[in-house]
Amino acid sequence: MSNFDQILSEAQAAFAAAADAPALEQAKARFLGKSGSLTELLKGLGKLDPDARRTAGAEINQCKTAVEAALEARRDALRSAQLETQLRAEALDVTLPGRGQGTGGVHPVNRILERFETLFRSIGFEVADGPEIEGDWHNFTALNTPENHPARSMHDTFYLQDAPGVLLRTHTSPVQIRAMQAHAAKYENADMPELRIIAPGRVYRVDSDATHSPMFHQVEGLWVGEHISFAGLKGVIIDFLKRFFETDELQVRFRPSFFPFTEPSAEIDFAFMSGPNKGKWLEIAGCGMVHPNVLANGGIDAQKYTGFAFGMGLDRLTMLRYGINDLRLFFENDLRFLTQFKD
Amino acid sequence: MQFSEKWLRSLCNPALDSDALCHLLTMAGLEVEEVDAVAPPFTGVVVARIVSFEKHPNADKLRVCTVDIGTGTLQQIVCGAPNVVAGMKAPCATVGAKLPGFEIKAAKLRGVESFGMMCSADELGMTQAHDGLLVLPDDAPVGSDIRDYLSLDDHKITIKLTPNRADCLSLAGIARELAALTDTSLTLPKVEAVAPKHDERREVSLDAPQACPRYAGRIVRGVNAAAATPDWMKQRLERCGVRSISAAVDITNYVMLELGQPMHAFDNDKLFGSVHARMPKAGDSLKLLNGQTVEPAADVLLIADDARVLALAGVMGGDDSGVTNETRNVFLESAFFQPDAIVGRARALGFSSDASHRFERGVDFDLARTAMERATGLLLEICGGEAGPVVEVVASDALPQRKAVSVRPDRVRRVLGVGVSDADMRATFERLGMTVGSAGDAMSVTAPSYRFDIAIEEDLIEEVARVVGYDNIPAIAPVAGTTMLPLPEARQSQHRVRRALAARDFQEVISYAFVEEAWEADFAGNTDPVRLANPIASQLAVMRSSLIGGLVGVLGSNLRRRADRVRVFEIGRCFRKNATGMPVAGYDQPVRIAALAWGPAASEQWGQASRKIDFYDVKADVEALLGAEASFEAAVHPALHPGRTARVMLGGALVGFVGELHPAWAQKYDFGSAPVLFELELDAVLARKLPTHVDVVKQPAVRRDIALVVGSGVRAAQLQEVLQSAASEIVRSIDVFDVYSGKGLEPDTRSIALRVVLQHTERTLGDAEIDQTIKIMVAVAGEKLGAQLRT
Repeated sequence: MSNFDQILSEAQAAFAAAADAPALEQAKARFLGKSGSLTELLKGLGKLDPDARRTAGAEINQCKTAVEAALEARRDALRSAQLETQLRAEALDVTLPGRGQGTGGVHPVNRILERFETLFRSIGFEVADGPEIEGDWHNFTALNTPENHPARSMHDTFYLQDAPGVLLRTHTSPVQIRAMQAHAAKYENADMPELRIIAPGRVYRVDSDATHSPMFHQVEGLWVGEHISFAGLKGVIIDFLKRFFETDELQVRFRPSFFPFTEPSAEIDFAFMSGPNKGKWLEIAGCGMVHPNVLANGGIDAQKYTGFAFGMGLDRLTMLRYGINDLRLFFENDLRFLTQFKD
Repeated sequence: MQFSEKWLRSLCNPALDSDALCHLLTMAGLEVEEVDAVAPPFTGVVVARIVSFEKHPNADKLRVCTVDIGTGTLQQIVCGAPNVVAGMKAPCATVGAKLPGFEIKAAKLRGVESFGMMCSADELGMTQAHDGLLVLPDDAPVGSDIRDYLSLDDHKITIKLTPNRADCLSLAGIARELAALTDTSLTLPKVEAVAPKHDERREVSLDAPQACPRYAGRIVRGVNAAAATPDWMKQRLERCGVRSISAAVDITNYVMLELGQPMHAFDNDKLFGSVHARMPKAGDSLKLLNGQTVEPAADVLLIADDARVLALAGVMGGDDSGVTNETRNVFLESAFFQPDAIVGRARALGFSSDASHRFERGVDFDLARTAMERATGLLLEICGGEAGPVVEVVASDALPQRKAVSVRPDRVRRVLGVGVSDADMRATFERLGMTVGSAGDAMSVTAPSYRFDIAIEEDLIEEVARVVGYDNIPAIAPVAGTTMLPLPEARQSQHRVRRALAARDFQEVISYAFVEEAWEADFAGNTDPVRLANPIASQLAVMRSSLIGGLVGVLGSNLRRRADRVRVFEIGRCFRKNATGMPVAGYDQPVRIAALAWGPAASEQWGQASRKIDFYDVKADVEALLGAEASFEAAVHPALHPGRTARVMLGGALVGFVGELHPAWAQKYDFGSAPVLFELELDAVLARKLPTHVDVVKQPAVRRDIALVVGSGVRAAQLQEVLQSAASEIVRSIDVFDVYSGKGLEPDTRSIALRVVLQHTERTLGDAEIDQTIKIMVAVAGEKLGAQLRT
């Protein structure tokens, strides 16, 4: 083995023995440092004649390159070993739950309201609003309810103390009157465009048991125009029910009924053609052609224009959509119930 | 209205089975609510006669009967019923009979052979448990099928009538409707006038003709009031849900059910002088048939004689003038009372009667005489006696008028959206008993006296729709102009706000708008709340003027359910008296949004120390809802901790409050620690600023942090404002990033660390310029607030 080979193998052994970067640097000094063995050999070149110097110089450099390569290789190995250790040490239990704030939810009835509004907005209905403390003119008289109608009694309607004729609205229908009046006033001297609104909100009746709450939610719908017919009412309602429940598998029937504010009037029943309620007629809404007295009270020419209106129980829609069987759950505000409707 | 299907079919019998008949009625607006078979299906049960019986040799309670079932061969049947009598008639299920749940076979009972079973009503599934055999009348024909004999192939049908269809509160009325719907013939009972046999009469005086424009009375002498009501009549009454009482009362009820005319039978010997239909006088009082004694209100129409009040007209008779089993002479009443004169009167007294139910909705005003004759005929037939003349007084002017209503066929088609020919419309009206004339392009239609709901064109449009059938009107998507809806970008929808709060870990709740009065006082400082006149319960008696009470209530109920963390919000209307309120005078009805957070700031989780929610957590929620424009000032609110409450200002207006529940309330409502709440006007939350663009400044921004020591009374916002006022235009922002008090600082002082960002729009700032700017700001803060640079 030549002198150079020996130096190289010593260097390789020394580098391999270095367990970390500082040890490797120390080992390097033994060969390539100021008084390292290769450095010493290079210093000795000056004493040689030019020919021998050339030959020996080339050999020394060759050896030096080989030692440097061995050093670099060892450095790489140490670096990747170190990275390996670091990565191992940094490994997480990715199955632990994420941290931070949770999310809440929207009340199921308002979830359904949003859906309802979106569907009706898609065919041009605007959302209208009205007061919950109402006058009996808007709540009853303007809606063609006779003075002696039982719905006006204190058995059915909440009245305010010391305020004759002021009540908590018993339905969202008074919003019809307000919306028609505003519409009629806006287009007093011009061609009146169609009026298309829905009016959702809380309503109040003196009633409280498993299927009745003294406060509940309704949505009113109203479409007034020159060519609005009962056939159109049927078209809109049937379309809505199919979109709302996302199925064509339902039957809808319009059953003659009586309301003071519509004529002809109908109750709307529908039945699923599959699922747990299959074949059972479920009452969903009251509706009809707006009574001419009501149009007139809204300031609208009942000869020129016709309209249809409907009122649906939003709570009932919600119950049917989500399979809830007790209305009272909506107002008990038990978080164990409400949080089931999170997104 | 409950009725017997068989009775109905005796008047009008279209070729429809029971289901189809009920569907037809429902789809014509006479909603069938319930259909009950009178008896369940069974076969092989006949009328039988017990010829004789003897004791069973091996059982004390059984008897061995010899029974005639009409086959010519007597049968031996063992029977355990206690009411067995030789010669009695009762139903017998013969061998091979199929009864509900089992079949009759020849069998040995305790060693004695039995060929059939004697039956109780219960065993035939007809009524609730009765002891013993169903006793049949002596004239029941032995061997005949019991289903025929008792007409058991019948249904009790209950229809829910809308208030406009009082004309269908009788069998005749329903039959009339059925005949019109199916175009089949109608056979109403033939009513013949009963010729008077004596001339005893009681004069009638219409003292309130507007309320009672027609009254017919008749004396029937020498009746046997104790006579039994015939079985056929009892059966029909029972199947209409009317209990049999006595012959005379049953007859008046029968006529009411048959024709629709409520009647009353007085004991003529207890009446004095003339009969008056009048309004009350001072001192009037009456003990009613139901035992209730009333002093009639001024608007209650009475029937009286010359001495006293006899009845509340059209509502209920008096207790001591009605017929009894001892009555010999009857005074029959058949009258028309105006709906307005009857409506609500029974309800005001806390009951309802069959008569008031009909009169307040409208009884045929031409029916009184017919009904009188019908009732007289039945009374003579059942109770005997002699009829006197009918005394009928009519105030024609006060009777309802049936005016011709004009209906335009084109309008009918337009409103319904269905093609019905003029001829079909005319036929429809005529079948409904209306008189149809022509008036140019329109028809002129006059309703019969029994229809109280035909006054305008729409009433007739509805009749066409009903008879055509709502099912036969097509469903058509309406055609409308395709204009877009307004979409104001500067006002977001409520739903978006709901989603935003839900994303911040709040659950929406909905609570009653009527609340406990204490909540209004505690949480809104409102001692004059909007009060209900007729609350459903005393703790739901006032309208909320704030949503806070409801949220506190929700917190309480969920803590009782052991919730460990509660974060809830509600959007809803609040109510407060205000003379200038709109749109209903006297009341403000703003919609508000409020939220409450209680418990740990975040749900319990690993790697994160749990801490209680505090003011600043919830303030961040408010800032998120309102944006950077909102400002906060220390404030006082009745619900909240006086040192931990801010009013929320937006554009110079007060839009709400945020703060921690007052410790007094936290203690009173037993919450352990106090929740933090906010309540804001919803309008302020819905309003959004439309973004506008300014050029991005390309010059580098420089950050300088300064810490200023101020007295603990100096508020952060105050310090920021002062610094801002002293800042030159190169100062872009001043934000608090740390607050410190304690070790190293004088007591009652704190250090507020602020990050000042400086930037020039055109050039790079120099150090001298920056130092100078900061120096001036600090100096002014020192001068105005005593602030010292912390070293």
